Amino acid sequence: MDYLLSEEQKMIQQLCRQIAEDKIKPVAAEYDKTKKFPWDIIKILAQSDLFAIFVPTEYGGTGGGVLDLCIATEELSRACGGIAVCYAASALGTFPIILFGNDEQKKKYLPDLASGKKIAAFAITEPEAGSDASAIKTTAKKQGDYYILNGTKHFITNGGEAEVYTIIAMTDKTKGARGASAFIVEKDAAGFTFGKEEDKLGIRASATRELVFNDCKIPKESLLVKEGMGFIVTMKTFDMSRPGVAAQALGIAQGALEAAVRYAKERQQFGKSISSFQGIQWMLADMATEIEAARSLVYSVARAIDAGTKDISKDSAMAKLYASDVAMRVSTDAVQIFGGYGYMKDYPVEKYMRDAKITQIYEGTNQIQRNIIALQLIKEMAK
Amino acid sequence: MNIIVCIKQVPETTQVQINPETNTLIRKGVKSIINPFDMYAIEEAVRLKEKFGGKTTVITMGPPQADAALREAISMGIDEGILLSDPAFAGSDTWATSYTLAGAIKKIGGFDLIICGKQASDGDTAQVGPGISMHLDIPQVTYVKKIEEIKGGSMRVERMTEEGFEIIETPLPALLTVVKEINEPRIPSLRGMMKARQAKIATWSQKELGLDSERIGLSGSPTQVIKIFTPPQRSGGQIIPGETQEVVDKLVELLKGEIN
Amino acid sequence: MPIQIIIEKCTGCSLCIKACPFDAIRIMDKLESSGSASDSRSHKKAVIDLDKCNLCGACVPACKLKAVLLEKAETAAPNPSLKDYKGIWIFIEQKQGKVQSVSYELLGKAQELAKKLTTQVSAVFLGNNVEDQLDELIWHGADNVYLVEAPELANFQDEPYTNVLVRLILEYKPEILLCGATSIGRSLISRVAVKINTGLTADCTGLDIDPEKKILLQTRPAFGGNIMATIITPRHRPQMATVRHKVMQPMAPDKRRQGKIIRESFDPYVYTSRAKLLDIVDEVETLVNLAEADIIVSGGRGMGGPENFKLLEELAKVLGGAVGASRAAVDAGWIPYSHQVGQTGRTVAPKIYIACGISGQIQHFVGMSSSKIIIAINKDPDAPIFKFATYGLIGDLFQIVPALTKKFKETLRK
Repeated sequence: MDYLLSEEQKMIQQLCRQIAEDKIKPVAAEYDKTKKFPWDIIKILAQSDLFAIFVPTEYGGTGGGVLDLCIATEELSRACGGIAVCYAASALGTFPIILFGNDEQKKKYLPDLASGKKIAAFAITEPEAGSDASAIKTTAKKQGDYYILNGTKHFITNGGEAEVYTIIAMTDKTKGARGASAFIVEKDAAGFTFGKEEDKLGIRASATRELVFNDCKIPKESLLVKEGMGFIVTMKTFDMSRPGVAAQALGIAQGALEAAVRYAKERQQFGKSISSFQGIQWMLADMATEIEAARSLVYSVARAIDAGTKDISKDSAMAKLYASDVAMRVSTDAVQIFGGYGYMKDYPVEKYMRDAKITQIYEGTNQIQRNIIALQLIKEMAK
Repeated sequence: MNIIVCIKQVPETTQVQINPETNTLIRKGVKSIINPFDMYAIEEAVRLKEKFGGKTTVITMGPPQADAALREAISMGIDEGILLSDPAFAGSDTWATSYTLAGAIKKIGGFDLIICGKQASDGDTAQVGPGISMHLDIPQVTYVKKIEEIKGGSMRVERMTEEGFEIIETPLPALLTVVKEINEPRIPSLRGMMKARQAKIATWSQKELGLDSERIGLSGSPTQVIKIFTPPQRSGGQIIPGETQEVVDKLVELLKGEIN
Repeated sequence: MPIQIIIEKCTGCSLCIKACPFDAIRIMDKLESSGSASDSRSHKKAVIDLDKCNLCGACVPACKLKAVLLEKAETAAPNPSLKDYKGIWIFIEQKQGKVQSVSYELLGKAQELAKKLTTQVSAVFLGNNVEDQLDELIWHGADNVYLVEAPELANFQDEPYTNVLVRLILEYKPEILLCGATSIGRSLISRVAVKINTGLTADCTGLDIDPEKKILLQTRPAFGGNIMATIITPRHRPQMATVRHKVMQPMAPDKRRQGKIIRESFDPYVYTSRAKLLDIVDEVETLVNLAEADIIVSGGRGMGGPENFKLLEELAKVLGGAVGASRAAVDAGWIPYSHQVGQTGRTVAPKIYIACGISGQIQHFVGMSSSKIIIAINKDPDAPIFKFATYGLIGDLFQIVPALTKKFKETLRK
């Protein structure tokens, strides 16, 4: 379907498709196997200006918006969801600075992030604080001109590879949800080390790592806005990045669908290609329709965000919820269409299913998304 | 360093097929691309510009649609593109083509280096590059696989041969034809694509170039094609059936006479 | 208008469309009205797209109604009297003082062509201290040898060789000059052709003499070998062509043959070169040079990894052949580019080409299609290679290749 993209968005789509086909597809299986971080691909994305598309022009970006980021993420995910998330997660780690950074902070970090010279990460999750983000235990204590960070974050995407981290830590436990603050922490900060690297079911090319803060000393200028803004920074950041996760899910679903259609045409059973069986046709039709519906939702939400719509949380949650559920369904069905071959690592389709699962979990589990949607609905109705 | 790159727009031959009924090429829907070897020339020019500064220009002789090839080169980082297009250029063989390109290069002037791809994937002659250097009377090095150093108005390069390579030093200006080994062409950048879209491509016809009309197009081409045909298709032979040892024995039997 | 359809003669039968290799002709409706509104007839006529048309003229003979008019412009450039040009010259390629085999092949072909023209074959030989090679040149078909020796000519360099060859041609006026399509030949002859203002056809696979016009008919592939073109150089001399090695056959050396040696030398400035050859680096080939090999065992994507190429090396060793590879294997980093056979690699023409785990895409095919016998070993029965292989073995190459090696070892030892 034609989504009436702008010329620049079409260019982004074409460029990302070329990179996906020529550079990512040939190496996706290898990165999935070795879990090596795809610096080669990151360099190509950087050189092609793709890290610049979501950064304002004053700070070295091309001044695009969430829709541009979604288009790029979707195209890259078609070839590999794991490699694509390294890119999308850097966007996630950059948004706090774009939305809440002061001029100095923006000048310090955004140009390097836009050029892809450095990549970013966002860290809130802890072993005891997943869906219950308010249960974080990492502390940030003010000491003169510094803050001292103590605690552990885990399951952080781009952990260990990124140079720029946005960390959410408690500055005042007594204030509950208003006691958390957001800080920009650089990789080489004293007392900041990296712990366990996770061995994942899917998106294995991406780095998922533990961050350890042991009396980590950071200058007070690292604080974003002011103390107590931590969860607001988090929620607003996620509002912007949720469509990106949804786009990743879309790309995975699209890749799985295309693989399934191609296979169905070639595979012969009972004297004909299985694509001539109505059962398979109906599966493919449902898969394609769901993807298109998800895409429409994701793009609409992205456009709304770019147009400056306030109160976008419910819609953003819907996009992420629906697209990720679709990706899981479609990729599972794709494996089914491949039959026995779908189960074998020799064939590319099982990877889509493994990669799709995480989209239902991270950046707010789909259960949390449903909470967000329901609570917002009820709030609106109460008026 | 001011560099001029000569490129050609060619059909993507991986897609070219023969129509089995008429025995001619099916050219419908075949994409036009930049000649693959020219991509390496473009990339090398951009790299040299990044290292030494200066201006890079890309030129091509072709029909109006060759404009797209020039824009693609600009999206990779070339500064300017010029299209040489004129019905009078039609029917050019390599002599007339190199004469025309050389004429354009003379008009641009002030160049230190000309880079061409080794050969074009449709004609495969590899004649135009050397032809240009002869028309311009500048030294040439063909099959360049690496530029080692540029210093003080001269350049040292590695030239690929069948057995290995040669190291050659040439004064500038000079012309190079390059091979795949020299670099990895970059994917265009978004900013490059935006620049390419807005770029103004100058078109020079015979009027702007003022070339000798007897040396361009059909008149300027010493060679003429008198016949085009499809080669006799090599037909498949036999499949040797059987288990591994059986087929091996049969094949050795068939081939042993040929080996000694 | 260099080419046009004579509308009145055209019936829109589309024979011209079928002949056009550039898809430059369309049938379009041309409305003809005889004046009254009710009497408009639509006729289908051929229309040529001048942007796509290459003026090759293939449509002209295809039209049975002679409705295509192609004006071949007469060149007004002063034409040297063509009758003054006589003889077939072969540029002899030497490396480190040794004549390359392609030159012998061309001498063989030249003798054949010379008989049709009743003329002589001459070798043009540039180098230093190469006297010892002269006899072989004569035995292989040279009636004359133009020898130019100088220290500056010991190794090929574009400018000195161009200068010398141009002067020789202007002095002695051969009607035909042939040269090997090698890295030397292609660089050199392109420059010479431009300087002399004559026609050059590259990579010819066929050479013949037109019996009426007594001119050289040069046939070569284009579009990666999908079509063949026959080309002539009607009004310029010498008619120049390069030929790839292993395309022509050398004649059996006849030691009774006699020949004339013509030594030429020039002022030192003719031998100067703006570019300087600083060094020649030979990269060690562990096995037989691919280009010269009579037997090639080649591996593709089906090999699965670099270590498996050892199987092919073993088979090649037993057969006395070289190892080749498809682009897929080279791009995967399993074997160096020097082994690549195909459109972007080497063209080979061995007696036997054994393709293991190679699917047989057109880009690979064009590099080895001149092989006398092609054997394909592949587990995929639908692989395109089986369409043109002389013998096809459908099976697991990891079983078949070692078994072949073993069997050949036994058989050839006998």
